[in-house]
Amino acid sequence: MASTLPTETHPILGKLSMSAFPLHEPIVVATFVAVVLGGLGVVALLTKFKLWGYLWKEWFTTVDHKRIGIMYMILGLIMFLRGFADAIMMRIQQAIAFNGSEGYLNAHHYDQIFTAHGVIMIFFVAMPFITGLMNYLVPLQIGARDVSFPFLNNFSFWMTTAGAVLVMISLFVGEFAQTGWLAYPPLSGSTYSPNVGVDYYIWALQIAGVGTTLSGINLIVTILKLRAPGMGLMKMPVFTWTSLCANVLIVASFPVLTAVLALLTLDRYVGTNFFTNDLGGSPMMYINLIWIWGHPEVYILILPLFGVFSEVASTFSGKRLFGYTSMVYATICITILSYLVWLHHFFTMGSGASVNSFFGIATMVISIPTGAKLFNWLFTMYRGRIRYELPMMWTIAFMLTFVIGGMTGVLLAVPPADFVLHNSLFLIAHFHNVIIGGVLFGLFAAINFWWPKAFGYKLDVFWGKISFWCWVVGFWMAFMPLYILGLMGVTRRMRVFDDPSLQIWFVVAGIGAAILAVGVAAMLVQFAVSIWRRKELRDETGDPWNGRTLEWATSSPPPDYNFAFTPNIRDLDAWHDMKQSGAQRHTSGFKDIHMPSNTGTGIILSGLCLVMGFALIWHIWWLAAGSFAAVIAGAIYHTFNYKRDFYISATTVTETEDARTRQLADAAGA
Amino acid sequence: MSHDTHHDGHGHNEIEMPHATMRDYVIGFILAVILTVIPFWLVMNRPLETGPTVAIIAIFAVVQVVVHMVYFLHMSPKSEGGWSFTTLIFTLIVVVIMLAGSLWVMSHLHSNMMPMAHDAAEPAAIGQVI
Repeated sequence: MASTLPTETHPILGKLSMSAFPLHEPIVVATFVAVVLGGLGVVALLTKFKLWGYLWKEWFTTVDHKRIGIMYMILGLIMFLRGFADAIMMRIQQAIAFNGSEGYLNAHHYDQIFTAHGVIMIFFVAMPFITGLMNYLVPLQIGARDVSFPFLNNFSFWMTTAGAVLVMISLFVGEFAQTGWLAYPPLSGSTYSPNVGVDYYIWALQIAGVGTTLSGINLIVTILKLRAPGMGLMKMPVFTWTSLCANVLIVASFPVLTAVLALLTLDRYVGTNFFTNDLGGSPMMYINLIWIWGHPEVYILILPLFGVFSEVASTFSGKRLFGYTSMVYATICITILSYLVWLHHFFTMGSGASVNSFFGIATMVISIPTGAKLFNWLFTMYRGRIRYELPMMWTIAFMLTFVIGGMTGVLLAVPPADFVLHNSLFLIAHFHNVIIGGVLFGLFAAINFWWPKAFGYKLDVFWGKISFWCWVVGFWMAFMPLYILGLMGVTRRMRVFDDPSLQIWFVVAGIGAAILAVGVAAMLVQFAVSIWRRKELRDETGDPWNGRTLEWATSSPPPDYNFAFTPNIRDLDAWHDMKQSGAQRHTSGFKDIHMPSNTGTGIILSGLCLVMGFALIWHIWWLAAGSFAAVIAGAIYHTFNYKRDFYISATTVTETEDARTRQLADAAGA
Repeated sequence: MSHDTHHDGHGHNEIEMPHATMRDYVIGFILAVILTVIPFWLVMNRPLETGPTVAIIAIFAVVQVVVHMVYFLHMSPKSEGGWSFTTLIFTLIVVVIMLAGSLWVMSHLHSNMMPMAHDAAEPAAIGQVI
């Protein structure tokens, strides 16, 4: 079924030819037509309303951490819709491929879908979402004006986007990997995957990985160096703490992914034998190495959301977070322990009893700090004046859902049990239980919580509640059948089934997925309705939830410079402390504020990297060499750009702050 | 530890570089050359057995890392307010976990999963699970 047979490499076009376009796949062609029409529509509208200049000047070239954060969230949302479409396609296929039916997806297409679903959801949905969140919030929470390296931040975002674009291109030009989301060799080697699918996988992840690593470094330095005076490490908001730990994990683990993918690249491109079955290679080494990255990765995803839940639980219970210190130490313990458990992803590979016991016990130990966090949230709520607003609802749904996912995780950590459940749908149910119940519910809590800060108006509650209930009910319906099927021994990534008695469970799971789809739609409606009704939903105070941390001290949305004067921190929950002690806003004496200038270098360099990735995938060597040289030249040229900062004049600052003073007075009077 | 230099927004240009002298760079360079040439010579001329040669190369590699960190990256327990030392310790922990763990895991796999003369069929069958 492969659409791109290996052919002679053309000197100009490389492996690219007309056969690379999957014109014989009606589903892909229909999608392509829809995307082209939709894309043309967007371009036409942008041109009609003359928005290109605005987008370029105010957004694409921006170095403002708030705008970059919002762009990350938009990237995550767009890719989420793609990844969710893949999920729906898989659920439909598995619900109908019984009694001799082949379903509606051929094996080549289906294998690409489950691979793309995993890759997109982890690398291009969850990662942009958490990076966007950290980008937006961390500088505000620590009283800084921007991140430490604003240009690098813009560059990181566009590198991540370039990786996402490569994955999307693979849908219409050539194919994506058919290997599963971690591309285990020997299947991902050139013998068994001779076409471009795995190459798309490799270069998309390598390019996006540069962005992720750089943004990790950026945020660590920001947190360590730019905290407002008085904010000692143990006075940092919990979200900033969990962000710090997540970024430490990023910086320490992503190089392993880069290295292991580089070795796989050498195997595929120059014929080395690191991970082949013969000539001394060992595919097991790839599995070992990629999970040394892969396990910390799941904690990279969940830790910032633990921070979100802490902020939300504390704010909506009207209490200081219970056990702040233990929360910080639990986070640090998880950070270290997450490096000691990777083997539990391959107990069945045969390392033997002693190795499996060590990693099994280490895995169970991780549940202790995580459990401590859960009790902290419960005790925060205990005797609190709880307000059941949307962020708090998501937090409670998280606590109920995540506990089940955590417990099935401990179950999988028992090596003998894992020998039965390895690669079964039980595993699939487990990690969706923690990733949807933890990461996604946390993101939805965060979006509902901080949307007013970012845009100045609250999100619509009615549609938010519809989305909430559809997500919670849909999640349980979609994944509980998978636990049951997994216990019965059904393995993952199956396209057709022989046993008709299993069908009912897949149909139930399919209905669950349909309810989830309603939840996704309701969320989009929620955004649209809220934008439409933004005047009624407007928040003038900048502090709509009676918040506790420093970001609520600013206007909504915050001015470009965040804080006219760097605040002095006396207490944990700095903004709560300021409100209690009746601290007054400065209304005069403003000074010029030094700010970084926008630059188009980030998007240009990333665009060149995208071209280079595409050229390497298709073996268009002249283009790869040319774009690589252009990237280096562009980076060197940028170092000679001395116009990288400017001052916001004291007059402008005074005007902005005076407007804010009037706004606050109106809000107080109304 | 946490009272960092917050420059009120005016400080983006004031990157404090450690005061490195020419002497430091020359010492570092000479040490690096010595530590590179000796292993190279050991491999090219093979005056020793394989085992000791590998051991010496490994030791020299570790010393080489330390030389680079001290003379080229100017790391000391006090530089950057102690942060570079803290990160070094974290890096060491992670690297040791990765290296020792991988060696441990892979050596067990090797002894468990390589087909043996008296029972070649069974390990191969388990190997299919991957």
